[in-house]
Amino acid sequence: MTDALLSAVPEVKGRSLFQLAVMRFRRNRPAMAGAVMLVLIACLSFFGPFFISHSYDQVFSSYVTIPPSLEPRPGEDTLEEAMKGVATRARVELQSFSVEGETFTAVITAKDPIDPRATRYFDRANEFDKTEVAATEDEGRKLTLKGVVDREYFLFGTDTNGRDLMARVMLGGQISIAVGLLASLVSLGIGVTYGAISGYMGGRVDNVMMRFVEILYSLPFVFLVVVLVVFFGRSFILIFLVIGAVEWLDMARIVRGQTLSLKRREFIGAAEALGLTDWQIIRRHVIPNTIGPVVIFVTVIVPKVILLESFLSFLGLGVQAPLTSWGSLIAEGANNIQSAPWLLIFPAIFFVVTLFSLNFVGDGLRDAFDPKDR
Amino acid sequence: MENTKTMEPILAVRDLKVSFTTPDGDVNAVKGISLDVRPGETLAVVGESGSGKSQTMMGIMGLLASNGRVTGSARYRGQEMVGLPPKALNEIRGAKITMIFQEPMTSLDPLYPIGKQIAEVIVHHRGGSQREARPRVLELLKLVGIPDPERRIDSYPHEMSGGQRQRVMIAMALANEPDILIADEPTTALDVTIQAQILKLLRDLQKRFDMAIVLITHDLGIVRHFAERVVVMRRGEVVEQGATAEIFENPKADYTRMLIEAEPHGRKVAPADNAPIILEGRNVVVDYKIDGGFLKKRANTFRAVDNVSISLHEGQTIGIVGESGSGKSTLGRALLRLIASKGAYRFGKTDISELDRAGMRPLRRSMQVVFQDPYGSLSPRQTVGEIITEGLYVHEPQLSRAERDKRAIEALKEVGLDPSARNRYPHEFSGGQRQRIAIARAMILKPQAVILDEPTSALDRSVQGQVIELLRDLQSRHGLSYVFISHDLSVVRAMSDYVVVMKDGRIVEEGPTDAIFNAPKADYTRTLIGAAYNIGP
Amino acid sequence: MLAFVLRRLASAVPTLFIVVTISFFLMRFAPGGPFNLERPLPPATMENLMRAYQLDQPLWRQYLTYMSNALTGDFGPSYIYKDNSVAELIGKGLPYSMELGFYALLLALVGGVIVGTIAALRQNSALDFAVMSVATVGVTVPNFVVGPVLTLIFAITLAWLPAGGWGDGSLRFLILPMIALALPQLAVFARLTRGSMIEALRTDHIRTARAYGLPAKSVVVVHAMRGAMLPIVSYLAPCAAALLTGSAVVETIFTIPGVGRYFVLGAINRDYTLVMGTVVLIAIFVIVFNLLVDILYGLLDPRVRHD
Repeated sequence: MTDALLSAVPEVKGRSLFQLAVMRFRRNRPAMAGAVMLVLIACLSFFGPFFISHSYDQVFSSYVTIPPSLEPRPGEDTLEEAMKGVATRARVELQSFSVEGETFTAVITAKDPIDPRATRYFDRANEFDKTEVAATEDEGRKLTLKGVVDREYFLFGTDTNGRDLMARVMLGGQISIAVGLLASLVSLGIGVTYGAISGYMGGRVDNVMMRFVEILYSLPFVFLVVVLVVFFGRSFILIFLVIGAVEWLDMARIVRGQTLSLKRREFIGAAEALGLTDWQIIRRHVIPNTIGPVVIFVTVIVPKVILLESFLSFLGLGVQAPLTSWGSLIAEGANNIQSAPWLLIFPAIFFVVTLFSLNFVGDGLRDAFDPKDR
Repeated sequence: MENTKTMEPILAVRDLKVSFTTPDGDVNAVKGISLDVRPGETLAVVGESGSGKSQTMMGIMGLLASNGRVTGSARYRGQEMVGLPPKALNEIRGAKITMIFQEPMTSLDPLYPIGKQIAEVIVHHRGGSQREARPRVLELLKLVGIPDPERRIDSYPHEMSGGQRQRVMIAMALANEPDILIADEPTTALDVTIQAQILKLLRDLQKRFDMAIVLITHDLGIVRHFAERVVVMRRGEVVEQGATAEIFENPKADYTRMLIEAEPHGRKVAPADNAPIILEGRNVVVDYKIDGGFLKKRANTFRAVDNVSISLHEGQTIGIVGESGSGKSTLGRALLRLIASKGAYRFGKTDISELDRAGMRPLRRSMQVVFQDPYGSLSPRQTVGEIITEGLYVHEPQLSRAERDKRAIEALKEVGLDPSARNRYPHEFSGGQRQRIAIARAMILKPQAVILDEPTSALDRSVQGQVIELLRDLQSRHGLSYVFISHDLSVVRAMSDYVVVMKDGRIVEEGPTDAIFNAPKADYTRTLIGAAYNIGP
Repeated sequence: MLAFVLRRLASAVPTLFIVVTISFFLMRFAPGGPFNLERPLPPATMENLMRAYQLDQPLWRQYLTYMSNALTGDFGPSYIYKDNSVAELIGKGLPYSMELGFYALLLALVGGVIVGTIAALRQNSALDFAVMSVATVGVTVPNFVVGPVLTLIFAITLAWLPAGGWGDGSLRFLILPMIALALPQLAVFARLTRGSMIEALRTDHIRTARAYGLPAKSVVVVHAMRGAMLPIVSYLAPCAAALLTGSAVVETIFTIPGVGRYFVLGAINRDYTLVMGTVVLIAIFVIVFNLLVDILYGLLDPRVRHD
């Protein structure tokens, strides 16, 4: 601890507290795992839809509430059944049916010559596509049809409307993550501004402002959100605005506390003695030094917001169909838990893993920014 | 005294090592030390921060943090204490060996009355009930000089002053009449007058109970007046040990010599009588509002500075001395017009009594301040370069980045730091280096008057000396005027040519340094000087 | 102490007043009303309804009427449950919600503190990690997932417990909703306890207790635990208020006739008076529990004695 050490110091750039925190965070395995998980889930939700062929609102009427499977739909055995069904609808008889790879060959007969437009019946079914007449025999009474078997993968199964659950979960992820982040930003904006003003002004202003926060604490806020959403409609924007507008109280308190304690720190006193203005002090000293706790708190707020949104969804007040969120999907799944448990399981896994990861990341950040805590 | 030297030690420490597992690797705090504690003696373990003096005792007592590990041997009356299971260890701690700590404010449980806490220790080691222990607790409280013990026995720690709490801790330590009392910096957090009382109490009680005291301290003055033998520690190793007089008169190790010589010396010569006044405050009054609360009309006020006048001449150093709560720091801030205060203020020939913040701004570069806490006075998120050039940013905004950098390099060289420091962050520096950074921040503006608010109080003695040298050097080089605020008489004596003694917001006595120290008039000044332990015999 | 309680009660009056005022105007300025149904009512009927419920009066008069009635405990008629006044509805439902909430609170508090303490004492061990992971899942799984899953396992598959309803109010009916209600809060208590216990175990006075040879049990229970309880006590107020006033989700899933459903039903149906009644109810609970917790805090921590 003597000053003699210094002469040996080479011309290097020092590590800022932030860089040190990042290093500590990287060494924290659960937190890093959480961070990686979050990135994976976010990528899957936002980029996944580009890699799957189904859109979130595409209805497969042939595949309503089918369980998840790694096998393509339809399976070999069911194809013939499906073909028979189509033939019946087209009022023709199925003589033979075979599948080779992606293509099928069907021979149909009828008493009267068959209108070639009957292929439309085949295309209309989810299973078959690009049906063409390959050969005509018996003056059109016997047609050989060739076409593509449209095989669909439903790795997560489908919902009660026949929509691909995987596409739905990805969309739900987009909405839940977006609501979580945007609402947190709103609460961050309000909370940081309110808290910093209250803490920095101090005295009577602080008293009045904090008294107001106390009053707001005794308002049943979750219910207020419900009222607002019911009365003003269920738009996506409104939902995150409203959630953000009610979740800022804790943030305001934390920032106020931080500002108050910063105000007592001697480097603020030194800045005043140097002649910095209030605004310069806030910008150069107060805000940079509150960032740590604020970042940590955001990892607490995001899960809270996602949970609150899911609660709204459970009440049927979430985003409007065909849009969806994890919360809505889970609520739907909970209603069908006996008949179609996968409707609950898949969105719930994503939801819980996300919140779980956020928790670990939050704990990791706290340890990283506040190393005395170990 | 020769007698005790030949006696069997009651605590024999051999090759004791303490290490801590941290995320950044193992830290060896104590690297194999050996020492003996003999019955009835006072052994001082001396060292600066980071010397491992406290960790040694914590290791023996099984009180290390969960990531700490202790190896080696420590035998109490032949019984090995290192690696002893907690149950057996608990027979010794609190009964045979007890401890008091540096922080009397936090060492007692804030949630229980003090009497109950002392009784708990008695009941645990001697059996019986809380009620049966009560007379003994009262007796102990009387013994350690707690006034009105019948009433105070039911007080909570927060209702007592720091000195009283330390007395309570001592009562607890004596409760089971131990063989050894380990006192870990017992007076560091206390004012000097209280420190003297506590040390006297410890000495009296030691005679009465015939117990050994292991005094862990950084303060050589206390060691010289209090201890029979000394162990000097540095970076986890014993540098030197021996009888106190021997060590002080004939130190063998360079480090010991350096510690002894680190005592601030030299005198400041007063400027000529006709030197013009650079900074003046007349009839300064500062009132603090004590939380009035919302909707409460009448807030209580506390008068921190009560009608004080002070005139700083060019080239002068005024030392302001006082204990905590004397208003000395508040006075410093009032002189700089950093807090709301009443009075007439003058800087050079300018009347600054009525100036608001914007009006004061141009003058700020000429009157600067250095604070006590080298950890709190630098923003942890700025580089050292940003910190020291912050004043230029306000007062010379026209400077280019390169020019600012050049000024930063000059300022760092001036305070004896390597210019490469400007790219680093405060947490990478030691206390003394940080204080140099804080000084550089003030000096870069080339001020005329500087308020030094306890600039050396948080530093180790050896570093303290270097900082004092630096401040003196800067003063003579730039013709600066200082207001030097401190509770430490020896530092004030070395730094200033004029001394103001404050108590409870008022000036008790003032005058030239030599007059105050050689012929103090006020009783309080005499008490203060009497309470300070000097290294000199 | 009495003076403190009276002072706090007095300061609760303006708080309650502001809460009611904010809610009242917030709701009235929102578009739509209780009788704006999907199929519009004939204008004459509408007018009659509006007059009957005094909704044709100017807003300030409605407000004054509401406030003066509310002072006498009359929160007006429910617009949807036409035969009941709001006070009756709440009076009927509240005992169910409170009983269920009380058990859930007890479970959450006791369970959470035990779990958190164990985790803190075995800090960074596998046990700590396992217990806290479970607790984290508890916080993250919403109770509208826990509810159906519990029902599926214990009521349908195993058929040990009833799937819902109040029945005769015996414990069998309460177990599942109680768990669903308590689980997230239990997890919060566990995390809080662990954090504050670890902090408490590191304080100087714990070191003193150890230095004086006090046995580990007394160090933990007598000294660390009491200090560690303070943040938990602070959280108790919002938690108790939330649990005792019923949960819309749990009451819906387990068909409990409590008050938790009323707010949601009221809001969805724009039943002004019912919503207002619930707001007032919850605000009163929050205020009362904050007061109780402050008193409790004073008893636990001599530094904040109220006098």
